[in-house]
Amino acid sequence: MIALGKLHEFGHGVFGAFWPSVFIVVSTLIKIACIVAPLMLSVAYLTLLERKTIGGMQARLGPNRVGPFGLAQPLADGLKLLFKEIVIPSGADKAVFLAAPIFSIAPALAAWAVIPFDEGIVLADVNAALLYLMAVTSIGVYGVILAGWSSNSRYAFLGGMRSAAQLISYEIAMGLALIVVLMVSNSLSLGEIVKSQARGVFAQAGFSVFSWNWLSLFPVFVVYMVSIVAETNRAPFDMAEGESEIIGFHLEYSGLAFALFYMAEYASMILCATLAAILFLGGWLSPFSCFPNGFHWLFAKVFVILVFFFWIRATFPRYRYDQVMRLGWKVFIPVVLVWMAVVAAWMMSPLSVWK
Amino acid sequence: MASMSDIFKSFMLRELFGGMAVTGRALFAPKATVRYPEEKTPRSPRFRGLHALRRNPDGTERCVGCKLCEATCPAMAITIEIAPDENGKRRTTRYDIDMRKCIFCGFCAEACPVDAIVETRFYEYCVERPGDLVWTKDILLENGALREEEIVRDRECDGECA
Repeated sequence: MIALGKLHEFGHGVFGAFWPSVFIVVSTLIKIACIVAPLMLSVAYLTLLERKTIGGMQARLGPNRVGPFGLAQPLADGLKLLFKEIVIPSGADKAVFLAAPIFSIAPALAAWAVIPFDEGIVLADVNAALLYLMAVTSIGVYGVILAGWSSNSRYAFLGGMRSAAQLISYEIAMGLALIVVLMVSNSLSLGEIVKSQARGVFAQAGFSVFSWNWLSLFPVFVVYMVSIVAETNRAPFDMAEGESEIIGFHLEYSGLAFALFYMAEYASMILCATLAAILFLGGWLSPFSCFPNGFHWLFAKVFVILVFFFWIRATFPRYRYDQVMRLGWKVFIPVVLVWMAVVAAWMMSPLSVWK
Repeated sequence: MASMSDIFKSFMLRELFGGMAVTGRALFAPKATVRYPEEKTPRSPRFRGLHALRRNPDGTERCVGCKLCEATCPAMAITIEIAPDENGKRRTTRYDIDMRKCIFCGFCAEACPVDAIVETRFYEYCVERPGDLVWTKDILLENGALREEEIVRDRECDGECA
């Protein structure tokens, strides 16, 4: 605190009356760096974790040549992509072509502004955080559609159309699932949503793990988990990439531009896993009251969900496109709509567990 | 009622979790990977790798220059020239195997009446230019001298031990 006081004194000396605004800008930038830098590192090492996990499930070892246990593999991959040429196809819309990867990765990073890591540890404690999240993450679809369109390639264009349709379809199911969550927690702020999960019969008995939203909203939880797999374009819903038979929207991309799409996919994977942990698995709350709450619980939950993602990818074959659409529109949306009505009636009844 | 329980089963993702159990078990099962430069797969005594020309225990060449290997080679990879040596014996002056053509069928070793040309377990060789893949008599003899023990052992246990 004394150090902070001296800093303010020094700042007033240098900037005078502008100091308060300068202080806010600089401290926010530092906070952003504190979130984005570890996030990018996690993105890099998530690729390694994925390759190791999937390798293990396919009875092989995964990368183990670069560095001890293959730990330098992400650096080698990044370096390789860094030195590759970004080929811009002739006839491509250059400005849009180069802007599309940014449209893809920016929302996945911007959404982290409202994610609470622990009680009060959040960059921007917006009271409409859930709305902000839904608004920001849906911008990602522009990256897909612009990349497909600006490439001047039929395959990329069709791939972009396909992925955009998939993303929009599953966004509806996901959005409806979020509505159910905000109904029961009576708040749009993520911090409040986490805190509301600490209340309940089980939480009072010391087993807060059963008071979290996943149990009371189980069908919604299942729909949400599958929707985020589809939303992040992960196998078995990876129509966007489909490297073995159909080709996706980033067909014409190479080098660092392609790496941005790749990083966007992994960043939004971490984001969606964190959201699932916050909305349904009690964020930073500890599962049993004998352990203290803390951000390590959030990280552990996110890790488990991410491994679950890889597990799904290693196990299931890719969905056919019409099956993806059928699942989204004819199964998930009706299920969530029905459960929304059920929850609404439940909340109004004397049996409500959310009082 | 049956359809209700079907809906319940499919919503609990029972079959999907069954599939995931399989991959989950594989994650902790022993891995099939052979870390090649450090580990190698076992090779049979009949392994057909790089050729070798053998010598008799007294140091003279086994090869009698009968050219049966050259005749039998389906890829026509072997080139032999012969001349009598100082004792008037029939000897090869040139014995080239073009490894670009060789298909490692082992017919040369099978055709040889004196077991002079054999195929060894050695397979880790590479060159920088394709032309270097023409193995000459000197190299083949050297390979034979280097692996004579292994060659003898492999021929003894052929058909009996793995």
